[in-house]
Amino acid sequence: MKDGYTTPDGRVIGDVVMEMKNITLKFGGVTAIKDISFDIREGEIRAIIGPNGAGKSSMLNVINGFYHPQEGEVWFRGEKRGPMKPHQIARLGIARTFQNIALFSGMSTLDNIMTGRFTKMTSGLLAQAIWKGKAEREEVENREVVEKIIDFLEIQSIRKTPVGRLPYGLQKRVELGRALAAEPKLLLLDEPMAGMNVEEKEDMSRFILDVNDEFGTTIALIEHDMGVVMDISDRVVVMDYGAKIGDGTPDEVRKDQAVIDAYLGVSHD
Amino acid sequence: MGAQFYYTIEVFLNGLMAGVMYALVALGFVLIFKSSGIFNYAQGVMALFAAQTLVGIQTGLVPFSHLINAALGTDVHHFGWHIPGILSILLTTLVMIGFAWVVIKLVLKPLAGQEPIILFMATIGLAYFMEGFGDLMWGSDIKKLDVGLPQGGNFAIEEATASLGGPDFYGFYLDNLDIWAAVIATLLVVALTLFSQYTATGRALRAVADDHQAALSVGINLEKIWVVVWGVAGFVALVAGIMWGSKLGVQFSLSLIALKALPVLMLGGFTSIPGAIVGGLIIGVGEKLFEFAIGPMIGGATENWFAYVLALIFLVFRPQGLFGDKIIERV
Repeated sequence: MKDGYTTPDGRVIGDVVMEMKNITLKFGGVTAIKDISFDIREGEIRAIIGPNGAGKSSMLNVINGFYHPQEGEVWFRGEKRGPMKPHQIARLGIARTFQNIALFSGMSTLDNIMTGRFTKMTSGLLAQAIWKGKAEREEVENREVVEKIIDFLEIQSIRKTPVGRLPYGLQKRVELGRALAAEPKLLLLDEPMAGMNVEEKEDMSRFILDVNDEFGTTIALIEHDMGVVMDISDRVVVMDYGAKIGDGTPDEVRKDQAVIDAYLGVSHD
Repeated sequence: MGAQFYYTIEVFLNGLMAGVMYALVALGFVLIFKSSGIFNYAQGVMALFAAQTLVGIQTGLVPFSHLINAALGTDVHHFGWHIPGILSILLTTLVMIGFAWVVIKLVLKPLAGQEPIILFMATIGLAYFMEGFGDLMWGSDIKKLDVGLPQGGNFAIEEATASLGGPDFYGFYLDNLDIWAAVIATLLVVALTLFSQYTATGRALRAVADDHQAALSVGINLEKIWVVVWGVAGFVALVAGIMWGSKLGVQFSLSLIALKALPVLMLGGFTSIPGAIVGGLIIGVGEKLFEFAIGPMIGGATENWFAYVLALIFLVFRPQGLFGDKIIERV
């Protein structure tokens, strides 16, 4: 597995994009993550699963820079990442969605996804103020990219609707669109199917697979129920009480005794 | 139609003009509150400071001259130049942007993530600091502000409308300065709206106003956005300072116009730019008409309290204001 591998459905997985080395994260006396290491490979759909409170969201927050681990190293695209702020990490090409949808609720679907292009728009404030030259060109070009994403996610009919008025499932889809707009090298999805009905879950799974397939986007996602996730992910990290208790393909993980115990609620001793 | 009817219209128009001036101050509050959740108590003092700086630059006053003279035993007061109005407005704008940068770096950044009440206290401190700093820099004497805006009654309108209301009516009396203020404020609001709708930075401003974490996750640098917001609020304060300063002279009482912005905000909502405008107009018109119609019956001087009572009534029935975001607290 040194230089990647081929999935059962024939996709070629490449080199390591992101590597977490011995990450430990504490909040005061509480240890949210205990000495966890794992990697994410190019083109892979990597899931992090575990029961409630296992530390999955904390791990995602470490990856995107909301939290800074006390110990351990984060390596991204072959380089050790220094202490960076979340907005700087976004510029490296890491985009994310949130467990409790964090959209800009007063803005339209279109404007929300346009903010996803923020890092691609580099014209100066004055140029933007007079809407000339580079600023004008950038607006037009980026708008085209955004329209493509809107088509891809099949949300043309709600382009101008303020997202606060959309039903939950569509909001999740707009949030995915905003993250996609950044053309991320690594896409983090925090419980993309939480709170959805079966049909919405199927839609979302299809979009995740399509994103991975069409754009080759590397995806790390969190879920706490095993169901759908096992079907769409290539490799799975299992967390429980802040520690890693399993790592491997869905089949390997399913058979792992520690994982079964964690999910069946066998007492910790 | 009798003269009384036309006088009422005149009062209404003057109320609109006054309302625009209130709206200008309220706008500065809304910009900062929306993007950072900070109620900037210093907004009024910012208008005073901006007006002082404008006059200082325009008339070539030496900043900190008292301090310099006391320390070095010199006797300098003036550079001896006089800069055109428009250029001094540009230079003052730069000073206000620089000021915004300093405030973010020295006050707001170290306090980021604190409770709103702590940030509010910080802006109170900021207000008193700026008040003293402005006086130290430019002197505390009352200054005349004149950037070339026309003042006095507009005779064209007065003559054109003189024939409307019969022999007892002499035409609408509108102050030129008020008309200009209304035009400039309208342009400012239109420009701000277009900027926030159709530019990357404008969208970032709205994004930050909605959700800090999500804004960070798409690569928006909060600190940079705050400098932009405070810079724009500083510019709005400058415009308000010019209007009110041309009218009343640049003096301490200028900073108290912020108090008039409070009822405007309660009416319009703390988070809505259109709300600040409409709220300002309602208060302006309301207090003038009330004084005109009811004032004489109850001893006058109703303009001192009318706005606050109106705001209080609004607070009871619609605490989020006319246009403000509805306050929904999940239990």
